[in-house]
Amino acid sequence: MMKPLLLWSDSLILLLLAALAALLWLARHNEALRGHWRQVMRSRVGRVTALILSLYIGIGLLDSAHYVERLPAAPGQPAPFSGEVRSALDWLLTPIRVSVEKTYSAPLAERLYAKESVMGPDGVERRDYPRLLHPGAHWFGTDKVGQDVLYLSLKSIRTGLLIGSLTTLVMLPFALGLGISAGYFGGRVDDIIQYLYTTLNSIPGVLLIAAAVLVVQVQIEAHAELFNTAAARSDVRLLALCGILGVTGWTGLARLLRAESLKLRELEFVLAARAFGVGHGRILLRHLLPNVMHLVLITVVLDFSGLVLAEAVLSYVGVGVDPGMISFGNMINGARLELAREPVVWWQLAASFLFMFVLVLAANLFADQVRVALDPKSRGRA
Amino acid sequence: MLNYLIRRVLYAIPILLGVNLLTFALFFMVNTPDDMARIHLGAKHVTAESIARWKSAHGYDLPLFINEQAAGINKATDTLFVYKSLRLFALDFGAADDGRDIAREIGSRMWPSLAIALPTFAVGLLFYVSFALLLVFFRGTSLDAGGVVLCVALMSISGLFYVIAGQYLMGKLWHWFPISGYQPGAWQFLVMPVLVGVVGSIGDSTRFYRSLFSEEIARDYVRTARAKGLSELRVLFRHVLGNAMIPILTGVVVVIPRLFLGSLIIESFFGIPGLGSYTIDAIQAQDFAIVRSMVFLGSLLYIAGLVLTDLSYTLVDPRVRLE
Repeated sequence: MMKPLLLWSDSLILLLLAALAALLWLARHNEALRGHWRQVMRSRVGRVTALILSLYIGIGLLDSAHYVERLPAAPGQPAPFSGEVRSALDWLLTPIRVSVEKTYSAPLAERLYAKESVMGPDGVERRDYPRLLHPGAHWFGTDKVGQDVLYLSLKSIRTGLLIGSLTTLVMLPFALGLGISAGYFGGRVDDIIQYLYTTLNSIPGVLLIAAAVLVVQVQIEAHAELFNTAAARSDVRLLALCGILGVTGWTGLARLLRAESLKLRELEFVLAARAFGVGHGRILLRHLLPNVMHLVLITVVLDFSGLVLAEAVLSYVGVGVDPGMISFGNMINGARLELAREPVVWWQLAASFLFMFVLVLAANLFADQVRVALDPKSRGRA
Repeated sequence: MLNYLIRRVLYAIPILLGVNLLTFALFFMVNTPDDMARIHLGAKHVTAESIARWKSAHGYDLPLFINEQAAGINKATDTLFVYKSLRLFALDFGAADDGRDIAREIGSRMWPSLAIALPTFAVGLLFYVSFALLLVFFRGTSLDAGGVVLCVALMSISGLFYVIAGQYLMGKLWHWFPISGYQPGAWQFLVMPVLVGVVGSIGDSTRFYRSLFSEEIARDYVRTARAKGLSELRVLFRHVLGNAMIPILTGVVVVIPRLFLGSLIIESFFGIPGLGSYTIDAIQAQDFAIVRSMVFLGSLLYIAGLVLTDLSYTLVDPRVRLE
């Protein structure tokens, strides 16, 4: 018996998917865009990376379908719901999720990493490596508390994807609105917007993020009663992190858009529109925005990989996602002293770096293909 | 020139004021001093008195902007904004939560930071630019293609990986250098952080410089230089590098003043007692006084970097004049 549960981030993902679907529906007859897409898909790199990315996205989406289970009812009372929030991915991965060992075990090992007193067949107690409860079941071994590392790595994917995509969602309105209007209107408006982004830029990035995250953390602690499950709390913290990264991260794209609109506003089609008496809002939306979309798309795809990497660093500094949330950063952070052990425990680090590397590499290569397809300057050049 | 400098300094004031207002809003208005006191005293079992005591001990028992109880000009000056925020303009950072003077800490901790950051910066720049020139020299060959693929792969690896792998290989397995630690004047402690720092950004930087150079190399003046019969090396180093100086300086000079602040990750992993690890410790201990000071210092240095960038343009491009 289970009840679906919509965390805040889940609803935002649904919103994001709906927006994407709507955009695709609107652009379905746009020959230019279809041409770009075909160009991306024509290259083998484009096809392979698109496939890898959709695999990751699929896992992330499965991990976003959350539910709570009904606990066995006490007699005479309605059955309570468990405080533990699960996802469809958890359900699919049940075999490796529940096969918990005592502590570390190497990938595909039959026996535990540490020696223990075990009873031999002859009834004599000896120090030996005990057999695992689930020998050979852990492809990437188990971590300190015996959790399956493959399970942890797959669960980390959603966190990385969310940070990469929701941050963009927050950043885009700022970058688009401020960047284009600074370039188009010029004068006082331009001065104010330039002042805004110089001020934001002048603060060292990590410090600004750290300051904002510290503040959010205090606020969450002060209003702990609002969040009834640990999942809801870490979810809000994740969203806050995306919001902070977005609010502080729009300056780069805004600068690009400002420069581009500065050029565009002098072109004949904009002058013609103005001569016809078209309003500013309409010029911005119908004439400028479509002509800077290639810059926006390129930046969004390029930023994505940077954000996935940033999550790991921020979580290490202590201003990333909630320490209780499974993420690449928290996995690395928890495992960074394991190489100092004797014998070396390498599998958790290796797995988290590997899963992150494949995602970021695919995103980077895909971004390159998108750039080649969309950027008129890069055409004809390798 | 002098006029220009004066204007830039005047222009810096509203920006620094903005930075101060922003951090002030974050740390004093969203998060009240009461919240701060509660964190430091532990979330539970806090009485109103103990909060008041903590606030007065750390100088947080003032109103934000206007002090109604004070007389005359003190109405505006006996406030948190003046004491905690505006005093930063005089580089008066005050004391950290543990009572130590922040300015003195910064003065002593900037040297270890510089000892790591300067060599990392210099060696890195030299290496990335040479590597990029090499790739451009062999453009269109499989060496270039391989180099680009290598760069994309390198930039897809988490920065934490370089640190952890470097410490494991060079420190634990091969015993080349001590795994972490720092001693003034002992070079053994510096090599590994510098190496890791340089290797960590090979991917990004080389790719950036390569795209700069390959944009330049398609220009007409390069064809002219070749037509004059100059060797390809001379074309690359004298003409392409020379003309690419402006975009290179744009990205490079602005970070130079910030080198003081050190690198958070490198310093904390290698146990360097510099400003980077100072900052990271402050963040983890939620010492807002230090975080505020570092934010202010960081923006100050950034603005200094912008001015330096403009000055450096005049050195490499005779057409640029600062009026």
